[in-house]
Amino acid sequence: MALVLNEEQVLLKSSAVDFFNSKAPLEAFRKLRDENNPVGFDRSLYAEMVELGFAGLIIPENRGGFDFGYVALGQILEVNGRTLAASPLISSVLLSATVLNLAGTEEQKSTLLPLIASGELLLSLAHEENTLHNPTRVNCTATKEGEHYKLNGSKVFVLDVHVANKIIVVARTSEGNEGIRLFLVDVQSPGLSIHRTQMLDNRNAGNISLEHVIISESDKLAGGFDELCRVYDIAAIGLAAEMLGIAQEAFERTISYLKERKQFGVSIGSFQALQHRAAKMFIEIELSKSVVIKALTAIDENWVNLSELASLAKSKLGQTVKLVTNEAIQMHGGIGMTDDMDFGFFIKRARVLQQTMGDYNYHLDRYASLNGY
Amino acid sequence: MNKEEQDIFRAETRAWLESNCPRSMREKVQEESDYYWGGKNGTFKNEDQKIWFERMLAKGWTVPYWHKKYGGGGLSAIENKILNEEMASLGCRKPLFSFGISMLGPALQKFATEEQKDKYLPEIVKGEIRWCQGYSEPNAGSDLAGLQCRADDMGDYFLVNGSKIWTSYGNKADWIFCLVRTDFGSKKQRGISFLLIDMATEGVSTRPIKLISGKSPFTETFFNNVRVPKENLVGELNMGWSIAKYLLTHERQMIGDMGKNDEQVKTHNIAIEHIGLQNGILADTILRTELAQHEMNEAIFEMTIERAIDEAKAGNNSGATSSLFKYYGTELNMERMELQLALSGNQELVMDNPANQNGLLANAMLRSKGNSIEGGTSEIQLNIIAKNILGLPNN
Repeated sequence: MALVLNEEQVLLKSSAVDFFNSKAPLEAFRKLRDENNPVGFDRSLYAEMVELGFAGLIIPENRGGFDFGYVALGQILEVNGRTLAASPLISSVLLSATVLNLAGTEEQKSTLLPLIASGELLLSLAHEENTLHNPTRVNCTATKEGEHYKLNGSKVFVLDVHVANKIIVVARTSEGNEGIRLFLVDVQSPGLSIHRTQMLDNRNAGNISLEHVIISESDKLAGGFDELCRVYDIAAIGLAAEMLGIAQEAFERTISYLKERKQFGVSIGSFQALQHRAAKMFIEIELSKSVVIKALTAIDENWVNLSELASLAKSKLGQTVKLVTNEAIQMHGGIGMTDDMDFGFFIKRARVLQQTMGDYNYHLDRYASLNGY
Repeated sequence: MNKEEQDIFRAETRAWLESNCPRSMREKVQEESDYYWGGKNGTFKNEDQKIWFERMLAKGWTVPYWHKKYGGGGLSAIENKILNEEMASLGCRKPLFSFGISMLGPALQKFATEEQKDKYLPEIVKGEIRWCQGYSEPNAGSDLAGLQCRADDMGDYFLVNGSKIWTSYGNKADWIFCLVRTDFGSKKQRGISFLLIDMATEGVSTRPIKLISGKSPFTETFFNNVRVPKENLVGELNMGWSIAKYLLTHERQMIGDMGKNDEQVKTHNIAIEHIGLQNGILADTILRTELAQHEMNEAIFEMTIERAIDEAKAGNNSGATSSLFKYYGTELNMERMELQLALSGNQELVMDNPANQNGLLANAMLRSKGNSIEGGTSEIQLNIIAKNILGLPNN
């Protein structure tokens, strides 16, 4: 597939731009933050996103979705990054619908995927237990007892968990990677406790603990560690798309400011010290666009070496968005440090995304390992 | 051309290449003489090189995408792409390598008269004339438009006086395409013309330039009362700057391509060979980080080239310009050279050992320092991006 959007994707992206600009500008997210909204996102806004089909993009048509693929979802995530609209799109769709697509039983797919597409069901993926992303270090246990599994352990950094209806929990049934399995846990389950945390980016995440939570065999997913790793790869690429949106927005706003802001009687954008840094950012963003579209395409084309693409995308975008958010503040000077300007929102979201599904170092290390060194 | 026709063309092309490209012409290029450069004094390194050149020329495939009336192959963009892919997959060398093909030709196609095209383009296709480029001057480097080499209108000829520097293969070329000043009165960009000069003309001389990396293809080129016929002017008088810029775009793209690592051997394989693995990980973990960063950017740069091609085909303006490729590609190449030298250790610094081709890598590293200078410095590329793409104001 060529590294350009097709007509359908172009239309989808431009309608997403209109939607987020008119319905979910950054001020809307600022308001949610200022009123310390207990839900953390606007349910009616998410309903509109569902109405536009965003929640069903990667869900097959026979499961109530549109089967547009990940290049399409990536465009929504990218545009979303420009206004930082809060929604369960990442937790329920990018993560959970992908888990179900790849690892769910036929039964789980047919009952749950249509509900995700229609926005009726919110799901979270509980996988992290450590401060840094580590797919193999799973201590949460799932012990088989008769017809049931008993789950014990705790998870951190579970996105949108305080509003989820169900949680997909990664737990260990035995030693080794093949012992790592996935379980669907209802949030009402006895023994499950959920604690919402205040994250740097004002988005939703929480910690959970599981004490003797009883799960029936039918709530165990069919797939295991291999499928989960593919989910992590897909998730990393989706997050890279959002990071691309953030980088572009922060960059464009900064370029405008360089043209407007006058010091010493001239636009500060006429200073070569700033011009060259701006040009370097432009180059990094162009490179970032290439790796994101390439990686999204690789998901839809089912590439075998997706992990390599995922690590390239996530590490590159981690680097680019860090550069651009830092430069945006520096080039704005003092005013860039104020909460009135929006750059705080961009840098905060960028740093949380950096830690989600493996940071720059994790992916650089993995890229080297995948290449045999 | 539909998919089926493409497949047929691909199969035929491959079959032809397999039966016509001599084995030795599919081996990795080691030195510049592994290519045939053409020219009046052009020599073939061996019989295979001659056979390969003649067979490809007969098909017009020394410049496959030029029009047949100039002796080219008349291939469409898609056919040319297929040919390139098949040549790459078999490892076939280019049958003719010249600045006439990569630089002057595109400029002539766009700016020259029909008479000029009919004269010069077939000579390029047939490798009869070897061209070199006369742009930079000792006092006109980054400020190229400040060039002073002059061509005075003497009625029925131009009289050229001055000098050029950094002429690649100036001592081997037959003709030179030159930027000369034809108007000293107006704004500097407005008084430049594009002139074709036969280097056999009385008054033209060259002197080689030795670089920190040893002997080099560069010369200084001197013009002392050189008479150049009027019909050798390309484009309008005093309008040469737009040709120069057009041509520089091609040159930058070409230089930027060095960011691609076409080598069969990846840098990390050299690292593994010299440093070794410990538990599957490069034993020098600090160098490993640098290496991974480099190879990550190398991979993404190639994706950017791919995207730019796809965007261009789709008729989109990708924003990925020749300045971007020139800047980033050369930075990558310089970084690659530094890394390879660093991880190869002290034996690559031995300059009289045939085992390392007498310090080939060390000299290549030194030569790469010119990458961010030639064809417009990195700083000039950043200026172009800042002003032309981002629209930042002049001071």
